Amino acid sequence: MYDSPKAEAKLDQKEIKIAAEGVQVFYGDTHAIKDVNVQIEDKTVTAFIGPSGCGKSTFLRCLNRMNDTIDSCRVEGNIRLDGEDIYDKRVDPVQLRAKVGMVFQKPNPFPKSIYDNIAYGPRIHGLAKNKADLDDIVERALKRGAIWNEVKDRLHAPGTGLSGGQQQRLCIARAVATEPEVLLMDEPCSALDPIATGQVEELIDELRENYSVVIVTHSMQQAARVSQKTAFFHLGNLVEYGETGQIFTKPQDPRTESYITGRIG
Amino acid sequence: MTDATSAGAAPRPARSSSILEQDARTRKRNAAESRFKMYGIAAIGIGIFFLCVLLFAIVRNGIPAFTQTFITAEIALPGDRLDKTGNRDPEEMAKVSTFGYKPVIVDGLVRALEDAGIEIPFEDKADVEKMISAAAPAQVRDTVLANPELVGQTVEFRFLASSRVDGYEKGRVTRGDLARDKNLDAEHLDVVDAMKDAGMLERTFNWDFIFGADASESRPEQAGIGVAMLGSFFMMLVVLALALPIGVAASIYLEEFAPKNRWTDLIEVNISNLAAVPSIVFGILGLAVFIQIAHLPQSAPLVGGLVLTLMTLPTVIISTRASLKAVPPSIRDAALGVGASKMQSTFHHVLPLAMPGILTGTIIGLAQALGETAPLLLIGMVGYIASNYPDGVVSGFMDPNSAMPAQIYEWAKRADPAYYERAWGGIIILLCFLMTMNIIAIILRRRFERRW
Repeated sequence: MYDSPKAEAKLDQKEIKIAAEGVQVFYGDTHAIKDVNVQIEDKTVTAFIGPSGCGKSTFLRCLNRMNDTIDSCRVEGNIRLDGEDIYDKRVDPVQLRAKVGMVFQKPNPFPKSIYDNIAYGPRIHGLAKNKADLDDIVERALKRGAIWNEVKDRLHAPGTGLSGGQQQRLCIARAVATEPEVLLMDEPCSALDPIATGQVEELIDELRENYSVVIVTHSMQQAARVSQKTAFFHLGNLVEYGETGQIFTKPQDPRTESYITGRIG
Repeated sequence: MTDATSAGAAPRPARSSSILEQDARTRKRNAAESRFKMYGIAAIGIGIFFLCVLLFAIVRNGIPAFTQTFITAEIALPGDRLDKTGNRDPEEMAKVSTFGYKPVIVDGLVRALEDAGIEIPFEDKADVEKMISAAAPAQVRDTVLANPELVGQTVEFRFLASSRVDGYEKGRVTRGDLARDKNLDAEHLDVVDAMKDAGMLERTFNWDFIFGADASESRPEQAGIGVAMLGSFFMMLVVLALALPIGVAASIYLEEFAPKNRWTDLIEVNISNLAAVPSIVFGILGLAVFIQIAHLPQSAPLVGGLVLTLMTLPTVIISTRASLKAVPPSIRDAALGVGASKMQSTFHHVLPLAMPGILTGTIIGLAQALGETAPLLLIGMVGYIASNYPDGVVSGFMDPNSAMPAQIYEWAKRADPAYYERAWGGIIILLCFLMTMNIIAIILRRRFERRW
């Protein structure tokens, strides 16, 4: 977006991609998310931080309805993607998830070849007309996942044979292969070493050009490094949401300050 | 830690005890541990001992069933007795029953013995017939009817020896036993010994035991397990064709799609309980439902297969659900995360990963069904003498037949000790099948399980 003057002009007032209003989540009798309001901007990296069990992952999973797979989970409130309610009865969660991709905490490549890992999404969504088309998509996705150079010679080797960091980048490539508009990442670096983490963070920064990225992280340094917006969750509440720089330097809420300075969490 | 703080008031000596010698408590603990190990070794030893005894008994008692004594003799086929019209018309020749062939065989055998210089010590020379199987006349008659031009010639035949002669060869029958046995006399045994020396009588491997049909009570030497094996085969086809798809579909639905509520809990508990229901209950259910209500033919492998399907289903469902559960949830998340539907995620990713487990469970279930006898008792597959091969696939499913374990049970029930030996032999064949199936299951598991 930096190469387009039009985008530059809009730099300060980006479009709202996802708007959540009054979101409540219950697991059975447990009230996991309490009245969360947040607006996630397009082409921005938004970080969710907070101590363990504060509900940030739960909230993230609400954004592409992954919580539907948990029987006891109940979501109330209103989450809009481009102005459309994603919990509307007419919404097919499968179609939604093609638009809102997800990368998980633990790298989870399919036990298939690297090629098939990437090609699976485009295949089931019918994105490729023929084999050459699919090859293109796979190559593009792997390049966007910053892993093309490492795997281009062994596309038909099993994806599970890669190292942890490579696997996670493969999973990111797999997620972008279906051309989503939003990419949700649930602690994508928690199983990785510092070098792999660095590579994934660089990748996240690049992805910002095309996608709205939402990342849940335990590492405040990571949030500071990769995100433009940060939301701090505590005990199921969204305590504070704002520019990353402002959250880390001038937090408004005393709880945010305590967490950032290491007194709670 | 807590000890250290509470003992803080009274400081401990710097070195309370040496670690080079065990204190009483440690000694006691170690003794208990070694005692427990001994119990374990003893338990395993007893298990292995009984297994060895079992295998030894089966092999020792069953191996003789695989060999059989045969008598070779040249029999003249006189035209005046076997084809009275003389024009070799098969229809006319068929009018001569096996009774008509008996004297021909006796004459031929007596001549053969005389030719070999063997003295016949009994008064009525027709008594030689006691040495050969009652199946011999039918054997000669079938041969003659198949080749009418043989009439008038002298043809070499290989007859089964009667079960007493066979028993003598195998050491089961002794001269002392024959004093009370009207089927054979001690004099016959002299002839048998002489025939053996003359090369007319030999004991060889008997393929007919494995591939042949069952025979009536009086002809144990002719009985084979082949037809019952076919019966079991057709039953297994029915079980495989029904239990695998039904079981897998039920498991996938319960594991991946069904909401977890009181109803599915109830179904789950019931499936587990079904696996423990005595198999004879399934037998009587099959009798009531498949035979009395649905009017399917009695003793048919189709009905047997249906009953065994009921019995195998819980096993298949339980093992399939276990292997579906063993697929890491991250794979499902991954598939859902790229926008696959639940069904796509199940069929493209979860099911292939669970497949080795499912197949193993199915094979184990099949093996269990293969060895099951009790339910077959109630639908009439036990007690049926499987003496004819089915004439094709439909007949294989619909016509009365026996099954391997039913055949073994049937043999064990019959009076003649020659059948007892065949029961053991049948067990060897059954065990071979079970072992093969289990080995296949193990290979499948080994080959496909390390996938992630």
